Amino acid sequence: MPETPAKETRASEVTRLTNAVTSDVSTGDLRGSTQPAGQVPLIFETGETGRANRYFPNGRSLEEFLPAHVLRGALPLPDNSELEVVRHFTKLSQRTFSIDTGFYPLGSCTMKYNPKVNDAMANLPGFRDLHPFAPDELAQGALAVMYDLQSYLAELFGMAQFSLNPAAGAHAELAALLIAKAHFAKRGTSKERTTVIVPDTAHGTNPASAAMVGYKVVSLKSDARGRVGVEDLRAVLGPDTAVCMMTNPNTLGLFEDRIHEIAAAVHEAGGLMYYDGANANALMGNARPGDMGFDLMHLNLHKTFSIPHGGGGAGHGPVGVAEHLVEFLPTPVVTRRTGGEQPAYALDFERPASIGPMRSFWSNFAHAVRALTYILANGGEGLGEISRLAVLNANYLRVKLRDVLEIPYDEVCRHEFVASAQPLKRATGVRALDIAKALLDRGFHAPTIYFPLLVPECLMIEPTETESKETLDAFAATLRAIVEAARTDPESVTEAPVRTLVGRLDETRAARQPNLRWS
Amino acid sequence: MPQPEGLLYSKEHEWAKFDGDVATVGITDYAQNSLGDIVYVELPRVGSAVAQFASIGVVESVKAVSDLFSPVGGEVVEDNATLEADPAAVNRDPYGAGWLYKVKVSDLAQRGLLMSAADYDAMVAATGT
Amino acid sequence: MYTPHTQSDIEQMLETVGVPTLEALLRVPDAVALKRRLDLPEALPETLLVERLNAYALQNKALGHTSFLGAGAYRHYCPPVVGSLAMRGEFLTAYTPYQAEVSQGYLQAIYEWQTYVCLLTGLDIANASVYDGATALAEGAIMAVNATGRRAILVSKAVHPNYRAVLRTYAHGMELEVEELPLAADGTTDVAKLDAKLADKRFAAVALQSPNFFGAIDVPGAAARAALASSGTIPIAVVAEAMSLGALAPPAAWGAQIAVGEAQSFGVAVAYGGPYVGFIAAGTEHMRRIPGRLVGRTVDGEGRPAYTLTLQAREQHIRREKATSNICTNQAHCALIATIYLAALGASGLRRCATLNVERAHALAERVARVPGFTRAFSAPSFNEVAIEVPHGMTAGGVLAALQEKRILGGVDLGRWYPEFGRCMLTAATELTTDAEIEQLGRALEAIVAERKEAVRA
Ligand SMILES: Cc1ncc(COP(=O)(O)O)c(C=O)c1O
Repeated sequence: MPETPAKETRASEVTRLTNAVTSDVSTGDLRGSTQPAGQVPLIFETGETGRANRYFPNGRSLEEFLPAHVLRGALPLPDNSELEVVRHFTKLSQRTFSIDTGFYPLGSCTMKYNPKVNDAMANLPGFRDLHPFAPDELAQGALAVMYDLQSYLAELFGMAQFSLNPAAGAHAELAALLIAKAHFAKRGTSKERTTVIVPDTAHGTNPASAAMVGYKVVSLKSDARGRVGVEDLRAVLGPDTAVCMMTNPNTLGLFEDRIHEIAAAVHEAGGLMYYDGANANALMGNARPGDMGFDLMHLNLHKTFSIPHGGGGAGHGPVGVAEHLVEFLPTPVVTRRTGGEQPAYALDFERPASIGPMRSFWSNFAHAVRALTYILANGGEGLGEISRLAVLNANYLRVKLRDVLEIPYDEVCRHEFVASAQPLKRATGVRALDIAKALLDRGFHAPTIYFPLLVPECLMIEPTETESKETLDAFAATLRAIVEAARTDPESVTEAPVRTLVGRLDETRAARQPNLRWS
Repeated sequence: MPQPEGLLYSKEHEWAKFDGDVATVGITDYAQNSLGDIVYVELPRVGSAVAQFASIGVVESVKAVSDLFSPVGGEVVEDNATLEADPAAVNRDPYGAGWLYKVKVSDLAQRGLLMSAADYDAMVAATGT
Repeated sequence: MYTPHTQSDIEQMLETVGVPTLEALLRVPDAVALKRRLDLPEALPETLLVERLNAYALQNKALGHTSFLGAGAYRHYCPPVVGSLAMRGEFLTAYTPYQAEVSQGYLQAIYEWQTYVCLLTGLDIANASVYDGATALAEGAIMAVNATGRRAILVSKAVHPNYRAVLRTYAHGMELEVEELPLAADGTTDVAKLDAKLADKRFAAVALQSPNFFGAIDVPGAAARAALASSGTIPIAVVAEAMSLGALAPPAAWGAQIAVGEAQSFGVAVAYGGPYVGFIAAGTEHMRRIPGRLVGRTVDGEGRPAYTLTLQAREQHIRREKATSNICTNQAHCALIATIYLAALGASGLRRCATLNVERAHALAERVARVPGFTRAFSAPSFNEVAIEVPHGMTAGGVLAALQEKRILGGVDLGRWYPEFGRCMLTAATELTTDAEIEQLGRALEAIVAERKEAVRA
């Protein structure tokens, strides 16, 4: 999730170490591990030519096989010993905050525990070493994994069918909007259906995906309750409406409780309803987008289904559709034929109405294995309980923080909620960004800040279900201490972080004189 | 700070300085100040046609982007190539070295749709910030 | 469920919230409430879970076969050091490094990855990653469209068919035209008429793949390069087998302004098609048009060098519908694997490995050509794949099926995408392909020829 502060304060005047944090609370091992100090030289600055690792046998030279003009001259990569490589990347890992090191309440990102058994299963040789062009009959296990996963997702979310083709949420949004375009083309109305409606709380990928399909984006202001107003929506609906993209609960963590009216209005106007499933952890097993009138949706398996984010990816973003849109799903689709001794699974490429493939091969398969493992580990009941506990954790924290920060929409939230530092900023000059940085000093990751855009100085907090009450208590106490520090000694907060490896960065310099590679 | 005289202003915080039928365009001090450190300016291509008040480029700060709306319409005849290497000029000297581009104005009557320095000041004052 | 809550935790927390039950927290209007119990499996304890997943994996019988499959996904040796470092939980369970102060390690690794891509392609800048090779091509084409204002793309028929299909999917959404360049007889792209094609300056980009889908080294000669330069069309190099970058002249050497490709070969498992890692490199002039994350080096308030996500104003979370791309989550962890792989091998290891690929493919081609009736389909020099023409009266599909009976996956049938090549199969060798495997393939083909003779006689 983005961090979009209006203006960055320069941290150059910060005097480090001298301003020890006074009102710290003891959080013991709940905090992220302390990161070791000092710079790590770039891999290009270490090693010596000729310090090679012997992974491969010696043999003949390239010139014996290929004409000189097709060959490369210098290959200017560093040669490091294996131990140097191990130390280098071990050090880099120690300088990286992660779920495994500490509490990561990054709103809209669902930073839950990523079970290790998932990784072990994805790494089974039968999955890991299976080539995508292996004939279907020799890949029945993989196809069954895909088929079962897509079927379970369809049942869980009330869609007719899912395709595992897209690689991430945004990629699935693109697939879904291409499906919408194909749907309108089939009805002969794609020339008229030119707009996509996106609430102002929507994630940036929604409008960006719409633009990639040539749609005009109409932004819809949230009402006083932080939700889409049915009347406001009606005002923008028309014969030009193609799709209305909604996140439910929305990025304020609020359930769109008039969703059935919204869906009815959009359908009446001839449009399609799209469900951005980034927040599916709030309702999985308890309510289904399909029952709310959504025609299209995506899931971020790397949020709800415990796939590790890996520092920004890879994710996995299945796209789901209602019955009338199944024919447009991207290729290939995994099919199952019964009748023989065993069901036979196959990749189906022969789908004339399909929007075509979205990627080189069939899916981010290793992640499909992880997601299926997670579903089987928890079972249908467990998945429902996971959502309930995620919502409990968020509400518990919301109530605990009520008298610490402003909670602009202070009602029962779902899996996340937003707080605002606007009153604090007026009183002390301390902003959401400063609070975020102060949390880093105290061993916690920061919440998502400055998103959604409609809440000024916003902190979007998503604890997830895998965090204990003790962790939530410690986090609340720490935030309380930071806010107290803001009142008594605001500089101690605006100068944070002072205990991290580096202080606030000169981002202006990074953007004005971009240095994107070593040379 | 009060706006320089002799320039005309748009609601979208751009200024235009007319020299015959050629207008030099920039953003106001208020605009540069609210954007923060400007890191990049995307200018219209020389030779392209722009319509008055149409969106023709963007100004980027570290974590925000603002559309540029041309205060005048006509043909772009020159752009400020130095901004490529020194976008900070827009922050330092928005009415001088930080100018953006020049337009051969198609119709001088467009001036009637722009504000005087005093009117622009009043508009900014009314916005509050 | 991996949840730590005890019953008393839940009770206390509900009380704090002031809600009687968990269910009450999730109440939705009746109109949209769940109408029935969901039909989903029961939870499995971990012992049974592992057994269940193993059962799926064991159904993938391909693993018992000798494999010559390539065509965009390659089986290479990955030293254990790569997995052992990459699977560290700190890397695996981090999010996108938005908070730079606590993410210096990962940011530095991505900066190193960007540098590796630049060094390997010969271009100035590279992004943190995109989904895979095919989407890299689509995104590269969009960069060219934005750079030139033109709305048509010319792509060689020798570019991976899946990449071309994805390019069309994206192009359809953006209403871009896609046209194809034909093949020459030697298995490379026919660029003889490029001049005429480019004359009307309609094309934003020309995309050429080398080694191309048939394994052939396929870079434009001087005349084609001159035609490209004078038309203002942006040359895009497609690299579907990144291992080739260890041996062959880099894309920048033939004038590519944008290089897109797939880096799966650098330590990333074939894993039935994903996740892999797409890369995009380009000249500095395209810096503001490159999609996705970029890591830059800067300093902190005390002047210490540090890394951060930069030029974010290009991206969807700031520019929304005007962003260069909609990409958000990318393939960072696969890029990390590739970075560690390249660090472990070094220049000498990568060159050696790439050389072995060429040598093995050569040995494979020679052995197969000794089988009566089997020939190399194309004469152009190749990297680690060769297109093989099967004898008259046979089809590639038929030969591959017969090989499969002998537990050999001989390659892919080119007729699947090129009806005119129904007698050609694309066969790959890597540093892992042994002499014994090559001999096994040769003997199997000889047996197939002999069996056929028998059948014809009978
Ligand atoms: C609400 C929302 N929608 C869409 C996305 C995009 O998903 P992805 O990053 O998987 O492309 C995100 C991810 O951050 C999100 O939070």
